[in-house]
Amino acid sequence: MNLRINGEDREVVDNLSLKELVTQLDLTPERIAIQLNQNVVRRADWPSTVLKENDQVEVVHFVGGGEPVSSRQ
Amino acid sequence: MSTVVSAKSDRFEVGDRTFTSRLIIGTGKYRTYDEMKAAHRASGAEMVTVAVRRVPLDRSAESFLDHLDPAMQLLPNTAGCYTAEEAIRTARLAREALQTDLIKLEVIGDQTTLFPDNEQTLEAARVLVQEGFTVLPYFTDDLIMAKKLLDVGCPAVMPLAAPIGSGLGIQNPANLRIMREQLPEATIIVDAGVGTASDAAIAMELGADAVLMNTAIAEAQDAAKMAQAMKLAIEAGRFAYLAGRMSKRLYASASSPLTGVVR
Repeated sequence: MNLRINGEDREVVDNLSLKELVTQLDLTPERIAIQLNQNVVRRADWPSTVLKENDQVEVVHFVGGGEPVSSRQ
Repeated sequence: MSTVVSAKSDRFEVGDRTFTSRLIIGTGKYRTYDEMKAAHRASGAEMVTVAVRRVPLDRSAESFLDHLDPAMQLLPNTAGCYTAEEAIRTARLAREALQTDLIKLEVIGDQTTLFPDNEQTLEAARVLVQEGFTVLPYFTDDLIMAKKLLDVGCPAVMPLAAPIGSGLGIQNPANLRIMREQLPEATIIVDAGVGTASDAAIAMELGADAVLMNTAIAEAQDAAKMAQAMKLAIEAGRFAYLAGRMSKRLYASASSPLTGVVR
């Protein structure tokens, strides 16, 4: 099935959980946060959250900053 | 009645957190991580801002947070958000990732000036406070907006002193003074505009409780040295404010006695 992750289309196997997606993307689970279809999913709920076709996933972490960037992300 | 102010006894409070340093610094624009770390150490700051961004999927990203002193209080920001909705979602993500209720709320209204959209900022602040966040809002130096932000439950307000990253210095001393005088109990953090140490001292002399800066340190030729200068300027300005400056007068007033002058 297709997912949209951080604005990119990705093909993944059906019935993938969020936790499995994090592992598959080789992401360090500490200090990242995930938004699924505009709602934050708590870390404790990653294993039980099963992804569906065309889900919109945003995975964020922290970068240096102190001031707004001058263009929209 | 002389009271020597000790930096240690003059604490700075935000919500239920207490700090010794009144300097809050950013983590952006540094040339290298080593330079950033040296500047952070020299600044004596206890709180640093960090930004929330998408994880790059094409490579295993190293954790930026590993380059920060673990003792530092992290202050995630909503930099780059242009609507209340975007800022609220970013704040929720930051809280989930860092397990902190602190959020520096920024909702920008215009790309050229990066001036805040006060209306959207207030709307986001109201929602986030209700959700249990400790909201520190960046806003235009407007007394009425400051009152509204405090009324919805922000424990501090962060007026700008000049456009972000401009280094123009304190362009609005009258507005900052009015805000201080009219809101004597409020925690006011000057955010944005400082260019060099004297600017930081002026902000503190005007009665700011703290100053947040990034570019003035990161873009200095020697970031660590400027960080140290800022630390000293913040302390000097704070003590000068607490000491209470003399009144200005137009004409000279002799310091030496006028009687017994040898003729």
